[in-house]
Amino acid sequence: MSEQNTTSRRKFLQTTAAIGGGLVIGFHLPAFAKQVRNIGVPAAENFAPNAFVRIGKDNMITVIVNHSEMGQGAYTSLPMIIADELDADWNNVKFEAAPVDPVYNHPGFGMQGTGGSTSTWVEWDRFRNAGATGRYLLLAAAAQTWNVDPSTLRTEKGFVIHSPSGRKISYGELVDKAATITAPKEVKLKDAKDYKLIGKPIKRLDTPEKIDGSGIFGMDVKIPGVLTAVIARAPVFGGKVKSFNGDKAKAIPGVKEVVQIDRGIAVVANGFWPAKLGRDALEMVWDEGPLSTLDTKAQTKQYADLAKQTGAVAKKEGDVSTAKDKAVKKFDVVYDLPYLAHAPMEPLNCVADVKADSCEIWVGTQFQTVDAMTAAGITGLKPNQVKLHTTLLGGGFGRRAVLDAHFVSEAVQVSKAIKSPVKVVWTREDDIRGGYYRPRAYHTISAGLDAAGKPLYWEHNIVCQSFAVGTPLEAMMVQNGVDGTAVEGASEIPYHVPNKHVEWNMAPNGVPTLWWRSVGSSHTAFVVEGFIDELAKAAGKDPFEYRRMLMDKHPRQKKVLEYVATKAGWKNPLPAGRGKGIAVHESFGSVVAMVAEVSIAKNNLKVHKVTVAVDCGQVVNPDTIKAQMEGCVVFGLTAALYGEISFENGKVKQRNFHDYKMLRMNEMPLVDVHIMDSKEKMGGVGEPGVPPVAPAVMNALFTLTGKRVRNLPLQPEDLKRKV
Amino acid sequence: MINLKVNGKSYNVDVDPSTPILWVLRDALELTGTKFGCGMAQCGACTVHLNGDAIRSCITPVARAAGQEIKTIEALSEDAIGKRLQKAWIEEDVPQCGYCQSGQLMAAAVLLKEKPYPTDNDIDLGMSGNICRCGTYQRVRKAIHRAAAMK
Repeated sequence: MSEQNTTSRRKFLQTTAAIGGGLVIGFHLPAFAKQVRNIGVPAAENFAPNAFVRIGKDNMITVIVNHSEMGQGAYTSLPMIIADELDADWNNVKFEAAPVDPVYNHPGFGMQGTGGSTSTWVEWDRFRNAGATGRYLLLAAAAQTWNVDPSTLRTEKGFVIHSPSGRKISYGELVDKAATITAPKEVKLKDAKDYKLIGKPIKRLDTPEKIDGSGIFGMDVKIPGVLTAVIARAPVFGGKVKSFNGDKAKAIPGVKEVVQIDRGIAVVANGFWPAKLGRDALEMVWDEGPLSTLDTKAQTKQYADLAKQTGAVAKKEGDVSTAKDKAVKKFDVVYDLPYLAHAPMEPLNCVADVKADSCEIWVGTQFQTVDAMTAAGITGLKPNQVKLHTTLLGGGFGRRAVLDAHFVSEAVQVSKAIKSPVKVVWTREDDIRGGYYRPRAYHTISAGLDAAGKPLYWEHNIVCQSFAVGTPLEAMMVQNGVDGTAVEGASEIPYHVPNKHVEWNMAPNGVPTLWWRSVGSSHTAFVVEGFIDELAKAAGKDPFEYRRMLMDKHPRQKKVLEYVATKAGWKNPLPAGRGKGIAVHESFGSVVAMVAEVSIAKNNLKVHKVTVAVDCGQVVNPDTIKAQMEGCVVFGLTAALYGEISFENGKVKQRNFHDYKMLRMNEMPLVDVHIMDSKEKMGGVGEPGVPPVAPAVMNALFTLTGKRVRNLPLQPEDLKRKV
Repeated sequence: MINLKVNGKSYNVDVDPSTPILWVLRDALELTGTKFGCGMAQCGACTVHLNGDAIRSCITPVARAAGQEIKTIEALSEDAIGKRLQKAWIEEDVPQCGYCQSGQLMAAAVLLKEKPYPTDNDIDLGMSGNICRCGTYQRVRKAIHRAAAMK
């Protein structure tokens, strides 16, 4: 691994994206590593220089992609990297989902998986080497064929060319000979100036199958004899089946079986509709367990009490208590952000076919190794008897990266019980009420300013659950008693404050929580960027200039902030009735700054425009970066305006898109993305665009109302002008 | 038995008449391009054409479609508007995860049939029933304008 990757990885492990860091430990299962390889075997028609690329006699280049495609563009950006080094003809490049095999493990996770905005940067070196090795072997094969020195040869768009003689041979014609040549240990990589694809806005390879209905998501998998199961799960987290009667369910035409599994009662039928009717007809008695009184309002008080406790220290600089005596103005406020569901468009689902000596799984997943290992555990089969096929994912956002593989284990358990292939389908209600939420986060934050308006101290306490404590992630993600995902984006801020103290108080577990697109930064950025705006106001300074004044030790963030201000015309006056707000945040190795322009119309917040500046280092596909930023704006705005999972009598109050609302076309702002020319190390783009959205928008709203929004989602009274 | 005409083909299906069209398409006819997103007409992923109108197949009982013409995403390319939309979708690189795009395209096809040169406001009205969690709205809008401009 190169220096760049090692360094990035270290940072990656220190911050959230440790997503899988811990799994190296937790899922270090030797049996799996010894699994017989069934990949990369060159069939007669193909030449596979390594596990990531296959070159066909028909000149088709197949890139085997080990990162799931969930919309982020992995099935295009990763093939681009290989194709560029290979000098392939892009028109002949296609992708294929990798099978489960240790050779496809995520270099940072130690298992196969997708997440942490890592897919492109973490494979940058490996995929360039894979392509360059292929090119080397093809060159060597051509040199042998023509009996010339390889240095007299060049490659272009799928051909090796001997310039002195004008001879030309296609890669496909070299396949047999190339397969006989041993790959070198090291290959020379292209100079950046020679990139043909990298850095260009290349069209996605997966679009054609996504516009004619032919793309296969997990939900669309059809195998002979497959039945459909819909599962009744406990209405309160941690609840258990006390008793049930499936007679009425079985009376529904099409219902085949009613079986109990660990997580509930599965109604199995010859299609979704009878299975769903059957599930509705189940007579269930639940033991709701200790969370049966869970209530959001009561939890607010519980979290407020916790915030007064001494927490685990995430950051300590200077001496806050002494600084408090010197401050001329002091501020002490509370920000409170709710649980959030990922709500991918494709509800969770999984197809499993368990037989005596095999288990085959088709699933849109971010965590292949965990899923396959869990299936092996449930069936008692050897890891190499489990075969998992990764389908397209209808959205992920973290929801399809689960440590307990619950949506896979359900299908495996049902298939094992009924001895038939089965597809478990979650309804939207199952998904919204199914847990694994972004943790609720309750922040108390205080600061004091000196006479010049500069912050003297900054004291921040975060109360939220940990999804790492008590799991295999704990060893890696929890350092000195602090869950890194709870405080990321808060323990390090880009503003100079001489005395700083950041603490975390762990809220009791019970509600299942998980990483949600941008993880800790999804709440910390709102607090830090909202609070710095409050301080700017108190200091009587322009919010952009105030930030800038405090950013000398963070030149990268400062540059991005300045860039967005320029691109958005920060200094230009707005039409009457409009306000603008600014925010900047670093996460997943990238820095994103935004300026939002808003107005209030008919008691609604209208976001007109969001200008985005992003520094993600080396650019692979600029159009993918733009698309991710556009998507991040929608994701962040949806949460800011509507996102809330709340509890009453232990149960989730929301159930579908009418009460867990999504941003729609008529609310879509113009998103204007500017990618910075950067020499920084490559960072991620799938998540870093989410954190700055809510603060930029709410800071803009403040300029219209004079009221600070510290709780999300936005409430109608937040739109009324302060009296 | 209910007779359905789907994408120009005739089928007799033996299902409960209250079964939503969506599940007849997906489970009985194996036309899986039409997606399940919410089951209560909130998201538009299940949009198909019934006699040329955009309907939410997740809440429309199959009995309502008996003997009538259903068109799904699998047959979108069979008319000029559908072809233009698909071309525009590629040129604007619209989809991300892609799960909602069948519904987006089917809704856009009806919009363009009714408003050959839609304004942004027309697009807001015609497309706000279709949720995209990945947030491709800006590109959907551009692609509809692009398709409208193609001749």
